[in-house]
Amino acid sequence: MRHKSAVSEPGAILELREVTKQFPTHRAVNRISLRVARGEFFSLLGPSGCGKTTTLRLVAGFEDPTSGEILLNGASIRHLKPYQRNVSTVFQNYALFPHLTVRENVEFGLRRRGENECARRVAEVLELVELAGKEARRPSEISGGERQRVALARSLVLAPDVLLLDEPLSALDPNLRKQVRAELKQIQRSVGITFLFVTHDQEEALAMSDRLAVMHAGELEQAGTPEDVYLRPRTRFVASFLGALNWIGEVGVRPEATRIARSEMEAGERARRATVTRSTFLGNCFHIEAQLEDGQTVVAEVSRLAGPFATEESVLVWWRDEDELRFP
Amino acid sequence: MRRLRWWFLAPSRTVMLLLFLAPLAIILAYSFESRGAYGGISLPWNIESYLRFGDPLYLAILWRSVWIAAVSTLGCLLLGFPLALYISRAGTRKNLFLSLVILPFWTSFLIRTYAWMFLLRDTGLVNTLLEKFGLIHNPLPLLYNDGAVVLGLVYSYLPFMVLPIYAALERLDVSLLEAAADLGARPWAALRHVTIPLCAPGIWAGAILVFIPCLGAYLTPDLLGGGKSVMVGNLIQNQFTTSRDWPFGSAISLALMAIVMLMLWASAKRSGENLL
Repeated sequence: MRHKSAVSEPGAILELREVTKQFPTHRAVNRISLRVARGEFFSLLGPSGCGKTTTLRLVAGFEDPTSGEILLNGASIRHLKPYQRNVSTVFQNYALFPHLTVRENVEFGLRRRGENECARRVAEVLELVELAGKEARRPSEISGGERQRVALARSLVLAPDVLLLDEPLSALDPNLRKQVRAELKQIQRSVGITFLFVTHDQEEALAMSDRLAVMHAGELEQAGTPEDVYLRPRTRFVASFLGALNWIGEVGVRPEATRIARSEMEAGERARRATVTRSTFLGNCFHIEAQLEDGQTVVAEVSRLAGPFATEESVLVWWRDEDELRFP
Repeated sequence: MRRLRWWFLAPSRTVMLLLFLAPLAIILAYSFESRGAYGGISLPWNIESYLRFGDPLYLAILWRSVWIAAVSTLGCLLLGFPLALYISRAGTRKNLFLSLVILPFWTSFLIRTYAWMFLLRDTGLVNTLLEKFGLIHNPLPLLYNDGAVVLGLVYSYLPFMVLPIYAALERLDVSLLEAAADLGARPWAALRHVTIPLCAPGIWAGAILVFIPCLGAYLTPDLLGGGKSVMVGNLIQNQFTTSRDWPFGSAISLALMAIVMLMLWASAKRSGENLL
């Protein structure tokens, strides 16, 4: 079934080449190319409807690409059925089999492949995701966080070449989400499996990924390390999607790089006169809103130690030239 | 509010009381009386009618009815499940196919059964065509046997199997089937380990909806089975007409009801659902 189509560079376990998916009404994915390295935690980040989930489904085999090539370990998987591809998906709603117990859910894939040592491998993976002791429960009898870990275990136990995760944290409550984020990253490091992670949460993507790709309207806008993409966004969309941004003239400055001074001596070369319109205390910092002379409002995130600023106070808004974001 | 509710329920209560509970009480009373000299009933009260069930002749008829109903239910399942599966995946043509399934109801049950007689009899369409093409020289005995009864029952009650299974398949979360494929299950394995177990309630509902009317079937065995293929429904009819033994007819009717209730109760207990 598997045939070598083209030589892929060493290191890339998954490669998409000019992949397009045209639905009857719209083009969900438009000529996307990306490479995911072996063992990497790679995120697809973008707003809803940007094509990131469709991209994941193309890799899983639930959708056929209209054109383009998908390579796994250098071999084309484009014509393989989902059950023939050595990738596995953690679904957004987990898609656990409600009529099976936790153990039977995790065993499901091993049994379909006719593998031996089911019991030992299931026990190991349940230990890894800290579900030992809950084997006999059904999905309806465990918590949301536990369900998410069953879905993870069910895929991990198959040791797929790439694990595909479709917003796996979105169904969890916000407090749990941050904790699970760290656990998931920890599990990924310890098993060494390549993760392709789909999310619309930029904080999640920045915190977890080795590299990430930002998608917008079916196109891939930029791929790189979190620092790279955050600090050197190539487009206005990437810059504003990854974090808040002040527009000062044609220049973009992040709130945490926007500084406020009371005198010209404190300020650098790039400074503008402004009036404080609002000061919000957030515990570890202040959010200062100030209006520039041309009427534009900027937000500066200043340290608690820099002290409060009064409303109506006349200040200088300034920034360093290396913190400027410019776009063609 | 309470008054209003009473008035709203009054018509259905009246209907149930007059047309269901009262006749049932009469049947119950009849079953404990004696056979009248010219039909009808007379005193004294006794339980003789119930004792007659021990007769091997009647036990055989009862067993035969259960057997024919079971085979018909199985037939409906084997035809109905694939059909329901096909319709559930037919996309925009779902509604068209569903209306085709229900279409036979537009014609009287009696007329449809007669139509089968015209198809199956010795000079019917099937035998005529087979003879014309030289495949047979003497007509095949298609009518007036158990096969014809099962065929008629399967044909009549197929929609009652298809619709509940279709409803169960519609409720099935598509992502579960994707998950099965994703975990390496080929289509057959996914069907066996995911689709069928999750549609079990629909399959049970269909089986019950088909089995119960098949068990009490009267018209189909009468017309398609001829005099040879007697089911319990025909036996009951006989007691009230030719045999003129109303008490025994009443007793069989109640026994049939009891068997059906017992089966419903057992299957409800089994699936842990409240069907009644």
